[in-house]
Amino acid sequence: MKLLEVTNLTTYYKLREGDVRACENISLALGRGEALGLVGESASGKTTAALSLVKLLPDNASVKSGSIKLDGREIAGAPEEELRRIRWKEISIIFQGAMNALNPVRSVGEQIVEALKIHEQVTEKEAWRQTRALFEKVEIDPKRVKEYPHEFSGGMRQRVMIAMAVACNPKVVIGDEPTTALDVMVQAQVLQLLEQLRREREMGLILITHDLSVVGETCDQVAVMYAGKIVESGPTETVFGKPAHPYTRALIAAFPDIEGKRSLAVSIPGNPPNLLYPPTGCRFHERCAYAAKVCREEEPLMLHLAEKHISACHILNGRVKH
Amino acid sequence: MSSLAWRKDGLVLFKKNMASFWGIYRRNSMGLIGLAILLLFALMALVGPHLVTYTSAVEGVEKMLLPPGGRHWLGTDDLGKDVFAGMIIGSQVSLLVGAAATAISMFIGTVIGLASGYYGKTVDTLLMRFTDVFLVIPWLPLMLVMAALLGPSLGNIIFVIGITSWAGTARIIRAQTLSVKERPYVERARAIGSGDTHIMTHHILPNVFPLIFANTVLVAAVAILSETTLSFLGMGDPTRVSWGMMLHFAFEMGAVSHGAWWWLLPPGICVVLVVLGFTFMGYALDEVLNPKLRRRDR
Amino acid sequence: MNMRGYLLRKFFQTVMTIFIVIVFNFFLFRIMPGDPVRILIRNPRVSAESLARVTQQFGLDQSLPVQFGIYLRDLFTGNLGHSFGYRQPVLDLIMERLPPTLLLVGTATVLSIIIGVALGVVLAWKRGTKFDVGGLSLSLILYSMPTFWVGILMIMLFSVYLNIFPIGGMGMPGVFYTSYWGELAAKLRYLFLPAVTFALILVGEYALIMRSSLLEVMREDYMLTARAKGVTSGNLLRRHALPNAMLPMVTLIAINLGFIVGGAIQIETVFSWPGLGRLMYTALTNRDYPMLQGLFLFVTVCVVGANFLADILYRYLDPRVKS
Repeated sequence: MKLLEVTNLTTYYKLREGDVRACENISLALGRGEALGLVGESASGKTTAALSLVKLLPDNASVKSGSIKLDGREIAGAPEEELRRIRWKEISIIFQGAMNALNPVRSVGEQIVEALKIHEQVTEKEAWRQTRALFEKVEIDPKRVKEYPHEFSGGMRQRVMIAMAVACNPKVVIGDEPTTALDVMVQAQVLQLLEQLRREREMGLILITHDLSVVGETCDQVAVMYAGKIVESGPTETVFGKPAHPYTRALIAAFPDIEGKRSLAVSIPGNPPNLLYPPTGCRFHERCAYAAKVCREEEPLMLHLAEKHISACHILNGRVKH
Repeated sequence: MSSLAWRKDGLVLFKKNMASFWGIYRRNSMGLIGLAILLLFALMALVGPHLVTYTSAVEGVEKMLLPPGGRHWLGTDDLGKDVFAGMIIGSQVSLLVGAAATAISMFIGTVIGLASGYYGKTVDTLLMRFTDVFLVIPWLPLMLVMAALLGPSLGNIIFVIGITSWAGTARIIRAQTLSVKERPYVERARAIGSGDTHIMTHHILPNVFPLIFANTVLVAAVAILSETTLSFLGMGDPTRVSWGMMLHFAFEMGAVSHGAWWWLLPPGICVVLVVLGFTFMGYALDEVLNPKLRRRDR
Repeated sequence: MNMRGYLLRKFFQTVMTIFIVIVFNFFLFRIMPGDPVRILIRNPRVSAESLARVTQQFGLDQSLPVQFGIYLRDLFTGNLGHSFGYRQPVLDLIMERLPPTLLLVGTATVLSIIIGVALGVVLAWKRGTKFDVGGLSLSLILYSMPTFWVGILMIMLFSVYLNIFPIGGMGMPGVFYTSYWGELAAKLRYLFLPAVTFALILVGEYALIMRSSLLEVMREDYMLTARAKGVTSGNLLRRHALPNAMLPMVTLIAINLGFIVGGAIQIETVFSWPGLGRLMYTALTNRDYPMLQGLFLFVTVCVVGANFLADILYRYLDPRVKS
């Protein structure tokens, strides 16, 4: 039994003009101790999909359909009460700490203690002790627990966020672009820390990012999203080594290779589509170099290419000549 | 490049600003209501006094404190004078004082703000300390004391209000000047040796103007309220009717205990409407200046 | 902690400002047109002798710097001048009238903050609904009304027509009360209308600022983090949103101090409340210049001092503010 099984998750945002189809029919699977990378451009729906797991969506968003099974238990329709218990204790989130993810008028220790007191039956004293231990774990001086967020650098704030995220020993940790705003050196340190914690505690990790190199380094599995749909997913080596979907290929091509020949980075022409009025057929067809008539008319179905490697494209099912 | 070219530069910007300005303003219903209210009162002040049949002359004892009815649409005051007429005539003084005081206040505030922002360093520090003092001193006591010392006349009231309310404007203008100062065409002008006053009037001023305009409206609202309050507290010109003076006499003569609401309500309502008019305009102008506030038109 | 340094710097600035105000106050009453002596005397038929005597008594025959020196010396000995109208030292009168003003202003401020914050929270919660629009409109209208006029309206409605509250004053002198509660109730009756009126004027602005501040805070990332942690909605508001949203309120209250003084003058005049505001009004009407000068200085120094305290408070509440 997988730790986390998401099947056909669909989430819409309700606007005055209509529904924004932020993510449709998203299916993911995460095993214990596994790391899954969720890649895509901005507004591809990756954050929405992740936040939908614990229903951390704004008021005008709703999960239209889909099943979310945590350790075999269905939590998709769970009432708010239950969700509050699940949040953080079973599924926690690491936000981009460089931004305002920490409350500026409370000390960092207080904020971790708050999480502990909600989910673990601990006394105040014990909670602070655990917080100090966590700080040591993420290599921050425990004496700094009473300091305020603005007194820490971006990288250290991110480590505080990590400490907070693993405080209640969750089963799954979602990292929403945790290293995007950091410089490369700090990025490496943060990733290393995440790795370490993941292995020690056998946590599942979902890493949302647009940075392929990060995924390559840390994730066993990867799912590529475009315009709210998963276009390809599978083991990282396979997907990166033998990308099936034109979008995946374009993404990889857009990434400059430090070892390869000197060549201009190729960017993908065009812009992501407006999900209020998504394109007909395959959502990528407007920017795809191989698009044909059928791509405009019919949506391609998911195909099994190899062990766990799936993708949805008309080239793969033979409808379009490559 | 001749100086004429630079002047055109600033003027073009100015005109461009005004055109897009009105385009956006037009779409804001609040702003239009505000404008309508103010135009109405302006009309009242300009034309009204000529149309009113009852003058401010004392009528006679039998006409004291009559409630509305018959020929006196809003009743009479303690001297038998028609309240409606007083309200119309009073609009002249109230609006005049408001306008004049605003002009003085805006002038001082703009000059100080511009100078402070443009010259910077010592000039800035000195002027800003000066401004800070005016910001911290409570406005009403200051105005009252000055009016008491100068004596009650229209000119003095205008002077007093104008000279005490410029501080906020100065700060805002200074901030805007600081940012405009860094723009490329200003640097260019300096590079070719344009004089300071020239730069300030032809380059900085046109860009600061929309802000000045928006601020004027708010200052005007405060000026009207100030005149009303000053007059009510007895520091107004007793020989001239204004809304504030009407309320002053009403209160002093016991209109409250007599329940003479027809004397107490109209002048106050006029003030409220005018202030609302200015405030609405202020909101609309805020929207014009701050693109983030504008409602998207789909 | 940089608090010490900040405190010292602010304190120094405050003292500077107070000094400027003192100088300003001095010159204000000297620069104004009109022979100061005549202003002081006001009796056109005073003899040249009396004139000379008064001139000497008030030191008006000395040069300006010397006069200023005398003025400063007087200030430091607590001599704010001698009132014409009341024939008492100004300071004594001020001290006598200070408690009622503090009572009125204090009650009104506390009321308006509590109601303003609560209203702001409700309006932010019900953003966009008719309730919100109605609340905003009402606040706007109240904001546009002259303070004294609101007072007049309240008196007309509640005292004259409905006869629930007394028209003015702070109580009836010479009346004995049978019980403590009776006395308290009676005092409250007099305090109620002026305090509520004053609070009404302030509430609009507080509610508006609270509303927009709260709406901004709700959009911040740390609110999402708190929700993700499983914090209940009650605690989300109380422990995360409000502490951040209240910060602009403190600044606002500080800014409003000048306005509060102006409001106090108007309210006390309309309600015949025996406080400093009323005292100023009387001094104005009687052209009691020493009284005016002393009162003006006292009030301004109080406002400057209160601003200083508000600054410190803000610094204490917001850990991000550094010198």
